[in-house]
Amino acid sequence: MTTFEHAAPEVDSDLRRHGIRLGDLLFKGIAILASLGASVLLVLIAWQIFDLAWPAIQSFGLSFIWTEAWDPVKNQFGALIFIYGTVVTAGIALLIATPLSIAIALFLTEIAPRRVAAPIATMVELLAAIPSVVLGLWGILVFGPWVRDNLEPWIQATPLGALPVFSGDPSQSGIFVAALVLTIMIIPITSAICRELFIRVPQELTDGALALGSTRWEAIRGVMFAYAAPGIVAAVLLGLGRAFGEAIAVNQTIGNRNAIPTSWFEPGDSLGSKIASEYVGATSVEQASSILYLAAILMVISLVTNLLAQFIVVRFERARRAV
Amino acid sequence: MSELTGVDPFDITVRSNGLRRRRIVEKVAGSLAVGSAVFASGILLVVLGTLVYKGFSQLSVDFFTKPRPLFGESGGIADALVGSALIVGMAMIMAIPISVLVAIYISEYAGPKVARSLKIVLDVLNGVPAIVVGIFVFGILVVGNGQSAVFGAFALAILMLPMVARATQEILEVVPRSLRDASFALGVTKWRTTWNIILPAAIGGILTGVVIAVARVAGETAPLLFTTSIAASEISTNVTEALPTLPVTIFVFSESPDPGEQAAAWAAALVLIAFVLLMNILAKVFAGRKRRQLEGG
Repeated sequence: MTTFEHAAPEVDSDLRRHGIRLGDLLFKGIAILASLGASVLLVLIAWQIFDLAWPAIQSFGLSFIWTEAWDPVKNQFGALIFIYGTVVTAGIALLIATPLSIAIALFLTEIAPRRVAAPIATMVELLAAIPSVVLGLWGILVFGPWVRDNLEPWIQATPLGALPVFSGDPSQSGIFVAALVLTIMIIPITSAICRELFIRVPQELTDGALALGSTRWEAIRGVMFAYAAPGIVAAVLLGLGRAFGEAIAVNQTIGNRNAIPTSWFEPGDSLGSKIASEYVGATSVEQASSILYLAAILMVISLVTNLLAQFIVVRFERARRAV
Repeated sequence: MSELTGVDPFDITVRSNGLRRRRIVEKVAGSLAVGSAVFASGILLVVLGTLVYKGFSQLSVDFFTKPRPLFGESGGIADALVGSALIVGMAMIMAIPISVLVAIYISEYAGPKVARSLKIVLDVLNGVPAIVVGIFVFGILVVGNGQSAVFGAFALAILMLPMVARATQEILEVVPRSLRDASFALGVTKWRTTWNIILPAAIGGILTGVVIAVARVAGETAPLLFTTSIAASEISTNVTEALPTLPVTIFVFSESPDPGEQAAAWAAALVLIAFVLLMNILAKVFAGRKRRQLEGG
């Protein structure tokens, strides 16, 4: 009796242990496979884009990047028009969105009482949830005409109007309208990250500044900004990456013209937007692979921006931990 | 009076370097911050208001049950609704299991170095522009096979993967250590602990991540342009062919000069944004429940 009682569970537990080890191994194996898959996917995307762009890279070389041409009839292609559009729209968006985002984050963390902050934070979050195609629809049919009739004439009436980039006739679609739509898209991204950063600034640091007699604003500028500066740069870069990569809303609002406009009020085009326009099918091999070349440039710009942001975040975290 | 305060040695405002100016700067900075917050929320209200104003009158039973009209006939967006639902559904099936597994590997198995690199891989993947993902899928699948709803779903799944994986991994890391220890102490194996203890504890957070990712990809146009955009305007469930979708329909109509198509674009956009907002509210509900659970436990 006793031996039987002893023997049976032993066999059982042996079997079970074996099964258990197998289960553990299997589960870990599948999890590793999934993680490998995700990493391979990233490499595959990069490799595939360059592979598809290869004919254009070979025939046009690096000079493609600074060639100002897009002429399917003469088979002349270059990226400068679109790089200009991408950099200028994203740059304007960045200039407007950064101070606004920081101000919103400050309002939510420092000024607003909790009852006010929560709904405003939700609304800013929801702004990020608006699909780009919907924002673009609004941009082309409502916002664009408003900018043409009100904002652009107003800018031309100010001293800024003397600048060539603000010259010419106001237009409902163009670089400027696209930049403003991008601004709306990146404000929620940048402000959400800034808010996180400001929340994490140690209370005793700002308290110390206040105790030394600085005003609330001086404490924010001198202590919070200083503490969160690298994080703010990363937040801005992430917003910039988003602005670089946006294709749809820009396509709807930028006017889609294959030229570098003198005035920002005029239509132009960006990398993402140009690629999106060509979905119906490029007509020649050169044109198709040139589109892919544009995609490769866009991908490199986005990846560099993003990696830079990651790098800053990692450095920032390490420095914080050292303190 | 003023002469007296001027020499009062105990009045700190006298020697505080233009306190009045500093107070004004503070007031100005404060009002700018308030103004910015009002501005951002105002834009949301303006966009939503415009959608309701321009789109609501177009909504009817026909709009939801009939396919897109060809030339001036009355009709709706039923074809696009069916297509979007199928494509987003397939994307979820492709992306969610892999995302959760990646998250489990990062938080339960990987060492700190591998975990950090995988997080960076996910963040970089998240930063790849949607249009580039679309071109990628076009290059490996559409060239040679033609457009299909499955390829569109695959492109959306690539976008969902980093979002869901990061959200899941973050929530797995806040599941209390004590839960794992208790389970191990009872002799439960690691994978059983993960499957039966940790995942159920984190389910609220995972659902939040999934719902937010679904809301985001449901409105994505760029990955669908190259994979499932050239489609007949009829209600179809054949996912091996290109199917019409809500975002692509809005995109095409938004650039149309025809006022009728523009009106349909507004109504379709209203439907899309209603879905997106609903998903976001759902996410808030899940997130709230999760927080209560973890705090209660």
